[in-house]
Amino acid sequence: MSIFRNRREFLALAGAAGTAGALALTGCGTGAGSSPAADGKAAPRRGGQFRALFTGGGEQETIDPHAEALAIDMARTKALFDRLVDLDAGMAPVPRLAQKWEANADATLWRFTLREALFHDGKKLTPEDVLFSFGRILDPKATNHFAQSLLSVIDLKKSRGVGKNTVEVALKRPSAELPALLGTLGTAIVSARYSDPAKPVGTGAFRLKSFQAGRSFVAERFDDHWDGGAYVDELRILSADADARGNALRGGEAEYGYEMTPTFARTAAADKSVRIVAAKGSTAHAIVMKCDQEPFDNPDVTLAFKLLADREKLVEVVLAGQGVVGNDMFGKGYQYYPEDIPQRKRDVAEARSLLRKAGVLNKTLSIYTSSVATGFVEAATLFAEQAADAGLRIKVTTGSSETYFKDQLTKGVMGSHRSGAMTIPTYLNDRLLTKSAFNASGWRRKDFDAAFAKAQSTTDEGERTRLYGDLQRTVHDEGGLLMWGHPDWLNAVSSRVRGVEEAPPNTLDSARFDKVWLV
Amino acid sequence: MRGYALQRLALGAVQLALLTVLVFLLTSLLPGDAADVRNNEDATPEQVAALREQLRLDRPALERFTDWAQGVLTGDLGTSLVSGGPVLDILAESAGITLVLAAVTLVVVVPLAVLLGIVSGLREGGRLDRSVTSVTLALNAVPDFVLALLLVAGLSLQLGWLPATWVGVGAADLLGQPALLVLPVGVVAARMICLLSRQVRAGMVTVLKAEYVTQARRLGVPRRTLLLRHVLPNAAVPGIQELARVGDNLVGGVLIVEAVFAIPGVATALVRAVEARDVPTVQGLALVVAAAALLFSLAADLVCHRLVPRTEVLR
Repeated sequence: MSIFRNRREFLALAGAAGTAGALALTGCGTGAGSSPAADGKAAPRRGGQFRALFTGGGEQETIDPHAEALAIDMARTKALFDRLVDLDAGMAPVPRLAQKWEANADATLWRFTLREALFHDGKKLTPEDVLFSFGRILDPKATNHFAQSLLSVIDLKKSRGVGKNTVEVALKRPSAELPALLGTLGTAIVSARYSDPAKPVGTGAFRLKSFQAGRSFVAERFDDHWDGGAYVDELRILSADADARGNALRGGEAEYGYEMTPTFARTAAADKSVRIVAAKGSTAHAIVMKCDQEPFDNPDVTLAFKLLADREKLVEVVLAGQGVVGNDMFGKGYQYYPEDIPQRKRDVAEARSLLRKAGVLNKTLSIYTSSVATGFVEAATLFAEQAADAGLRIKVTTGSSETYFKDQLTKGVMGSHRSGAMTIPTYLNDRLLTKSAFNASGWRRKDFDAAFAKAQSTTDEGERTRLYGDLQRTVHDEGGLLMWGHPDWLNAVSSRVRGVEEAPPNTLDSARFDKVWLV
Repeated sequence: MRGYALQRLALGAVQLALLTVLVFLLTSLLPGDAADVRNNEDATPEQVAALREQLRLDRPALERFTDWAQGVLTGDLGTSLVSGGPVLDILAESAGITLVLAAVTLVVVVPLAVLLGIVSGLREGGRLDRSVTSVTLALNAVPDFVLALLLVAGLSLQLGWLPATWVGVGAADLLGQPALLVLPVGVVAARMICLLSRQVRAGMVTVLKAEYVTQARRLGVPRRTLLLRHVLPNAAVPGIQELARVGDNLVGGVLIVEAVFAIPGVATALVRAVEARDVPTVQGLALVVAAAALLFSLAADLVCHRLVPRTEVLR
């Protein structure tokens, strides 16, 4: 329980989260989340060069904000562009280029009020730019605009600009989640004059100086940024493998390292030149059971498997203790998470009796896994050992890591699953609906789909939270997600750095470099 | 000798042709294609299918290969499936850095290894020979990545004398900051010096005991002339052939060293291309690296022939 309390304290620190739920429909004019106070009392200092290191993607790296896929892409596009809305540490929407927003009664028409902002070419942000950006994201010819499926709800033909600073977005079906959707991957606002990704025209706090995929990215402060602008003069976002990131940080060759290993975090504790900035329990690790296949079409069997997991042990071994236990639901600590559902505990006797009743005890089942994510193979192996305590035989099969996310859908009755940070509705939509392209646990139920559609079109905040809670409870009780742990998200900074927030990935304050400064 | 060189080049061309077929077959055997691999959890199956069509991966394998091969014959290495730009660009970017590293390493390795080999060969069994032998054998037993990490931990992080990585370094900065080269070159050179000096030493010991050397001594050939004119050319042959063998690795980039120091060289580019199933890039890089290796070993054989004009050298 102490972890809950820490998480809450952390949310309160991060600023807007406490009231963010109420903001969603009524809007808010404050620049939430921009306070650098978490790092101490000293006033921010301007100047200097800031070098941030990420895992690279070679030629795959891009600064096309609508094709961003890797963490390094997202950090670069965050520097150059802004979104209408972004997400706070609890995955609730906070205003960015949109100052406020409101919906009609059935959430089919949204009105966003834009703030005064300048593009890097000196022109003002207008509704046309917003509509142009939506059009570009939804361009049916684009194969790499990943927000396409989420934003397909937007009816572009019926959307329009009203006056100088208002955009009316019409939807094809009701959605109370539109603001949060506009805060996800690949939704940055570009200028209507944007055509060549090599010459970005954004409103971001930094202006591009040079970019070469797989090599380097240099940007300078954009002095006319609407949010006060950056403190550092120059930002470099570079790629390096995990070991090199650690060495470069300790050697004074970089100021920030994204996604460090638990091993590095341990050694860094003894090193005065670096500091770990960890966001508690930010992502999710699970073992999935495919509910559309034997024996997991029987909810008793999935429940028995969930009772077999020794979650504390998994967190301690697989995550090297750097994480919190999960309760078989995605989104611990996020908006809409039902905190009242009690934590599931290990109960081998109960599991065994459920398995005996279902006649599964003497079968051999296989987990399909791969080394694509740290901890997948380790967790599968350890869980197989834990399941053996109830007399179950589980075989661990390791497959190709490059194609794992495609293969997992077709191979094995069980698999390894992880999820990055995203809103709970996005997770439900992308992973647990009949039509979800990446339905890792084979969870396809018409009544669940209908209940989700109802929840995400309910405009009343409290009622919507209750409906999402019910959906999560169903997943917790009957679903195929054995979500055993939530790893901490470990970043490292040099001791000269101030202003780095403890934010989960994919949120506004994660890898955000306009609020950092050097001492 | 010219006839020999031409014959070797012709053979090399056949070897390269076979290699490209083999590389193509092997990359085709890997699970998934470039469209699949870019399929993270966020891409819809429709997007993947569209990407596959756009990359023209839906054509039969034979057609893709012959297209690529025809391009190569006209000097076009093809287009990367990932960047959409010419493979030549990727090659030029990564090969520049690898060539600088390889050249500096050779400049360090060759004189040092020859000197150590000669000195210890001349004093076979002496104190100097024994200490050189123990040091080279011990160093040879330390894996590259261990050596690299130890050097970084000691010289960069503890003492702060040398940069720990090449993070943020462009090819142009290299000449201005020679300190960057010290650790990576040191790690690669350490291994090569060990291997080469052992070969030169062995060559020296053998040749010094040869009858023609005894005869030359008896005839009163001055010691310096004897060593430089008669002993060294013969003694160097095994060393040069060893150099050709280990030198291949330099051209292909040294993956471990590139990873530890964040050097964006050929090996890193090749691994990334394989991971992304970027077949034209894998093909192009493999072809150029293999061609360089063939030329390297041909050059070594020709040098040996020049030193010791005997037919059996030119096997």
